[in-house]
Amino acid sequence: MKPFDYIRATDPAAVQQAGGRIIAGGTNLLDLMKHQIETPATLVDVTRLEMTEIEQSENSLRIGSLVTNSELAAHETVRRDYSVLSRALLAGATGQLRNKATTGGNLLQRTRCPYFYDTTQPCNKRAPGSGCQAMEGANRILAILGASDKCIATHPSDMAVAMRALDARIEVESATKGTELLTMDEFYVLPGDNPEVETVLQQGDLITAVHLPAAPAGRQSYRKVRDRSSYAFALVSVAAIVNTEGGKITDAALAFGGLAPRPWRDSGVEEVLIGEAPSEALFDKAADVLVADAKGHGDNDFKIPLARRTMKAVLSELTGVS
Amino acid sequence: MKVTLNVNGEGRELDIDPRTTLLDALRNHLDLTGSKKGCDHGQCGACTVLVNDRRINACLALAVMHEDDEITTIEGLGQPGALSPLQRAFVQHDGYQCGYCTPGQIVSAKGMMSEFDLGWPSNVSDDLTAIPDFSRTEIRERMSGNLCRCSAYPGICAAIEDAAPEEGLKNTKAAE
Repeated sequence: MKPFDYIRATDPAAVQQAGGRIIAGGTNLLDLMKHQIETPATLVDVTRLEMTEIEQSENSLRIGSLVTNSELAAHETVRRDYSVLSRALLAGATGQLRNKATTGGNLLQRTRCPYFYDTTQPCNKRAPGSGCQAMEGANRILAILGASDKCIATHPSDMAVAMRALDARIEVESATKGTELLTMDEFYVLPGDNPEVETVLQQGDLITAVHLPAAPAGRQSYRKVRDRSSYAFALVSVAAIVNTEGGKITDAALAFGGLAPRPWRDSGVEEVLIGEAPSEALFDKAADVLVADAKGHGDNDFKIPLARRTMKAVLSELTGVS
Repeated sequence: MKVTLNVNGEGRELDIDPRTTLLDALRNHLDLTGSKKGCDHGQCGACTVLVNDRRINACLALAVMHEDDEITTIEGLGQPGALSPLQRAFVQHDGYQCGYCTPGQIVSAKGMMSEFDLGWPSNVSDDLTAIPDFSRTEIRERMSGNLCRCSAYPGICAAIEDAAPEEGLKNTKAAE
């Protein structure tokens, strides 16, 4: 690890004043610092700030950004009303990591692209402008949607995929704009020509909470396909909330992990489903929309049929179509 | 930087570089070498300690960030001549071969039991809202953050199952 100054923040204003890299759980950042992928000159410890509560109101749940992944997964309301979120959290990492990792930190996880991690290789995300070896290289775990010709990294979070399906909004406190509530598509930036920019956060901005709207009607599911049955990142994951009434789908929210640089959601997929009677033919039509712009790079070509099949399996499970 | 860590019920003062992980502070500065450095990247679980009763990877924690916390290491669970029920059960069931992962396995198992006591579900729990089953399937999933290169997993699981009542495991179907 490179040397750094350590500052313990006592209030949000101190975070903005200190500048530097924010640390909370540290489960991803310290790993990256050991590899010297991240070399912050100043670390600002925010774990003493009052962002540890889950507050319930009639129409929303406000999750403090320091709530650990374990606490969130085990929270009574989340288990009962937002089960897709509990399931996604429990499908990620290990008991030890979930006890340390925080809600805000999980949103800001960096990619596990092997070229990003290997400091002897070029990587446009780690060293802007140096190139990307993943395009023609070992890209089995990398993106088929939302990527660019500069970067095909995937976002590794399970939690964020469930939050995307739940229409979560991210509360950010910044010196310039005050407190803002951002949708996840506003929060995460696609790689384009600048894959080193992953979110709209500026230096000193602090994620203070995540807001979930009232629990959605319908059934919820999180299905994760991975190389081993525990402690592995998703090759493909699907977070789904589907409501059926009178034999027709009335609401559908589908978000995908392992496919793109951010939790992926495509309203076109949901438009195909809503108002129709569930059937395998309908699910096929929705899957066509999902992968219409998908691009494989060799090793990750398999994700295109795998995404289709996983989505169809989840829709069958939630609507009872066999 | 001067920090005070509360380890195994005792306040310990030390002067460390802010880069020092909790694991290195324990091993290199406080001579508590029970916690092991395996991968040093949070992948193997050999460094597992309890912080305020919750298990974490000490290698992915900065010591300076844990000043107000209660830290428990394997040395705090039991000592030669006064082994904890889990430590005794690991010996009895051959829950190891080389023994390098064992302190992490035991501390992790202790932490896992307190998670069962709180009724926390896991990825293999059928019903998220029910009291979890203390089954082999649940134990295997919940212990997936602790690797054993000698593959002593059958002995590890048997030891955990055997020690559970004596460790005071409460909130599970099996213990009802």
